[in-house]
Amino acid sequence: MDAVLDNLATFRQGFVTTLALTVVSSVLALALGTLLAAMRVSPVPTLRAAGATYVEVVRNTPLTVVFFFAVFVLPQLDIRLSFFVFAVIAVTVYHAAFFCEAVRSGINAVGVGQAEAARSIGLTFTQSLRLVVLPQAFRTVVPPLINVVIALTKNTSIAAAFGVVELTAVTTRLANANGDAVLAIFCGSALCYLVLTLPSGFLAGRLERRVAVAR
Amino acid sequence: MTEAVLYDAAGPRGRRRILVGSVAGGVLVVLVVGLAVARLAAKGVFEAERWQVLTRQDLLELIAQGLGATLRAAALAMVLAMAVGGLLAVGRLSRRRWLAAAAGAWVELFRGLPLLLLILFLFLGLPAAGVTISTFWALVGGLTLYNSAVIGEIFRAGILSLPRGQTEAAYAVGLRRGQTLRLILIPQAVRRMLPALISQLVTLLKDTSLGFVIAYAELLRVGRNAVEFLGGRYSIPVYTAIAVVYIAVNASLSLLARWLDRRTRRRLGRTVETSAADEAA
Repeated sequence: MDAVLDNLATFRQGFVTTLALTVVSSVLALALGTLLAAMRVSPVPTLRAAGATYVEVVRNTPLTVVFFFAVFVLPQLDIRLSFFVFAVIAVTVYHAAFFCEAVRSGINAVGVGQAEAARSIGLTFTQSLRLVVLPQAFRTVVPPLINVVIALTKNTSIAAAFGVVELTAVTTRLANANGDAVLAIFCGSALCYLVLTLPSGFLAGRLERRVAVAR
Repeated sequence: MTEAVLYDAAGPRGRRRILVGSVAGGVLVVLVVGLAVARLAAKGVFEAERWQVLTRQDLLELIAQGLGATLRAAALAMVLAMAVGGLLAVGRLSRRRWLAAAAGAWVELFRGLPLLLLILFLFLGLPAAGVTISTFWALVGGLTLYNSAVIGEIFRAGILSLPRGQTEAAYAVGLRRGQTLRLILIPQAVRRMLPALISQLVTLLKDTSLGFVIAYAELLRVGRNAVEFLGGRYSIPVYTAIAVVYIAVNASLSLLARWLDRRTRRRLGRTVETSAADEAA
């Protein structure tokens, strides 16, 4: 117990880094995922193929391999950034594919009549997507989107192996330093992660009820 | 499906615009990829000598060993996770409230924690308590704890997806709750759960790559060791080969899962839904 209380400052630093990584990556991945979903349903065959290839390749690659490419291959392209930015890039690129699939299922869940009505009053593809379909699609898929955000929160722990001093890295360092209080340190770390993931689950339910589209 | 009606069949002007868009999009993709390739080529990444390292017999054997270690850990973890997950599902469906609450707490706890944290906890924590543990068992233990929660939920969804009439008919004939589960519900639920279980196996295979953090000699770690032995210039060819192996194995399993899903839907009408979020974890 003392080990946890003495190192609260370190825990807090790791927690803040994890939170920052989660929030920044979620926003960027959601934006990229929406763009990919729009590409996958667009009338232009090249964009459809590009989007489908991206999603299929990224879904079948482990996040650790994506991290490897971000951390070891990007510097060879003369892109030298901090470890945190590399982690953001890797996490964003990986989860954008899952956000894309969630948004695409939302687009298909919107009633066919909505898209037909939008076409019949003359809206173009981008207009009908932007004004009619996507607003309804997002409101339908709030729980899956938040589930992907929860998965993202847990996946940020992998950044610990690639130089980012976030919660898991702090835990390993403290556990190696205080060999007699390993259980207490891991319980403290688990508590921090549960503080991030459990409320998101409750939030999903409440948010869904508030923004649900009446049918 | 709404996807199909977002745009009409194009007239002549529309077809021209789509053609222009396709060409422009294609050119853009080629430009971006070409720029990256040119940058890499300038650094000599595409030299034949670097990529010939992939034809070395010892490297190929090493990669095969890594793949074998990955598949072994994944298979064992999947079997154990299904066993524990089955118990969790039955526990959550039990009428004894303490059992349902305990199983529910286990599921919520292990679904809310990162897998890497669980693996590190087993790897660092058990030795501190006096129990020596190998990297293999730390990895398999962590994978089992996490996936038992997810697979328990898949089992529960499978059993709950059956029509209520099955349970009612079983009770009407006089079967007890345990017999109903064993003789009527589980055999039917297994067919529906198969696609979701195979999707979870794909996720589990991807998660075995976390073994590289604790130095278990799985595919990714083997690749890193090879790069450290051969030299940093060979990093891109080796990691690309590793990525291709992962993608090949996972893509074939995903195709199997999707084919099974279509077949099961055609014959039985319903399957357990796989969510995009569970694949991400």
